[in-house]
Amino acid sequence: MHAKENHVSESLFQRIGGEAAVNAAVDIFYRRVLTDARISSYFSDIDMDAQRAKQKAFLSMVFGGPKSYSGKDMRQAHKRLVDKGLNDSHFDAVAGHLQATLDELKVPNALSAEVMAIAGSTRNDVLNR
Amino acid sequence: MPRLRYGSSDYDRLTGESVLDALLRQGVDLAYSCRKGSCLTCLLRCAKGQIPPAAQDGLRLSLRAQGYFLACLAVPEGELELADAADADLFGRARVVEIERLAPAIVAVRLESATPLYYHPGQFINLRRGDGLMRSYSLASVPRLEGRLEIHVKRLGGGAMSNWLNDEARVGDTVDIQGANGSGFYLPGLPDQPMLLIGNGTGLAPLYGIARDALADGHRGEIRLYHGSRTTDGLYLREALRGLAARFDNFSYSRCVSGPEPGPGDRAGRAEAVAFGELPHLSGWRVFLCGYPPMVEAARRLAYLAGATLADIHADAFELRDLRKTPRG
Repeated sequence: MHAKENHVSESLFQRIGGEAAVNAAVDIFYRRVLTDARISSYFSDIDMDAQRAKQKAFLSMVFGGPKSYSGKDMRQAHKRLVDKGLNDSHFDAVAGHLQATLDELKVPNALSAEVMAIAGSTRNDVLNR
Repeated sequence: MPRLRYGSSDYDRLTGESVLDALLRQGVDLAYSCRKGSCLTCLLRCAKGQIPPAAQDGLRLSLRAQGYFLACLAVPEGELELADAADADLFGRARVVEIERLAPAIVAVRLESATPLYYHPGQFINLRRGDGLMRSYSLASVPRLEGRLEIHVKRLGGGAMSNWLNDEARVGDTVDIQGANGSGFYLPGLPDQPMLLIGNGTGLAPLYGIARDALADGHRGEIRLYHGSRTTDGLYLREALRGLAARFDNFSYSRCVSGPEPGPGDRAGRAEAVAFGELPHLSGWRVFLCGYPPMVEAARRLAYLAGATLADIHADAFELRDLRKTPRG
């Protein structure tokens, strides 16, 4: 089962356009997130380079990229935010921006559905549930 | 446990702790200030061991080759044997050759360096007085246009260096300078790229240098400078900038007053608000932001949201801090 999932993940990354797709997406996605009043307080870090790098890593992961983050990584990375009130509405907002970014880049529905499925699978870890 | 050897003593270092934090924790009197790799005060030299590359970020080649690194950024893997930065490696002598008052609370200080300083306008120097008092100042001078270094110094309430330079320093006084440091400067190669320059207070100094450097290089793209101040009195160098705009079609200058009394010809509002109001789309622009940190941080975000890439936005926030814990006696 795992072997099959990994195979599908690698070819998703290839099919979606790999590193170039991540690079095309990151500024679109990061700008959307920064302008969303529902979640902008979670992105108020003044180190924009570091924050952009995190968005890039996230996109790489949901595009099925080579480096994957464990559930534990996602939990630890978001624990502080959950303690400050991060909840489903924020997760949904970010997921919405991911979908909008894929649409803006005209990613075919079949591929974007796979990306959104990977993103959706992180919900419980992100929200530390 | 990873070890640091400094002077004739050994010190431990907790996992993940920077060299600076480790030594300070154990009572070593190291000079430091910003703790994030910008001010270059905490330079040390590595005599033995592996310096993590991140700790040499921003240092010029000659310093890196000599093993210099920033203690605040250094989280090494193994043991290091450390030596103090040699003053002669870092500092050079300079003489005050002119002090020109530009505004009630701002002077231009012009320096002659004993040995020619290699720099780009927009970079900064660390200026150190005889008693060890040290501050960072951005360079407004342009090497291809003048041989002297120029900095702009605004008098700050309680500011030891700024008051000394405004009131007591004299032509002929000597200081030590270290630098030049920083990456916010004009890069030739994209002569048609539009440039947006936003500064408040003496944030104008590096922008004045960058604009003149670009124009002297033959830059063809438009260069738009917005200078902001709370009062119209703070908008210094207005004649020089008006002259530059008259000479160069592609250079424009807007004076912005954020306080209640803009003068004739001043725009009302903060410099960044005026600028982004006029330029909502900055895709392809190079942006330079200098001055008061809240303005620089806010403007950086706005510039990015307007379409400029982070790599094309150069943010130089003037943090007002003592560059030593206490001046050397």
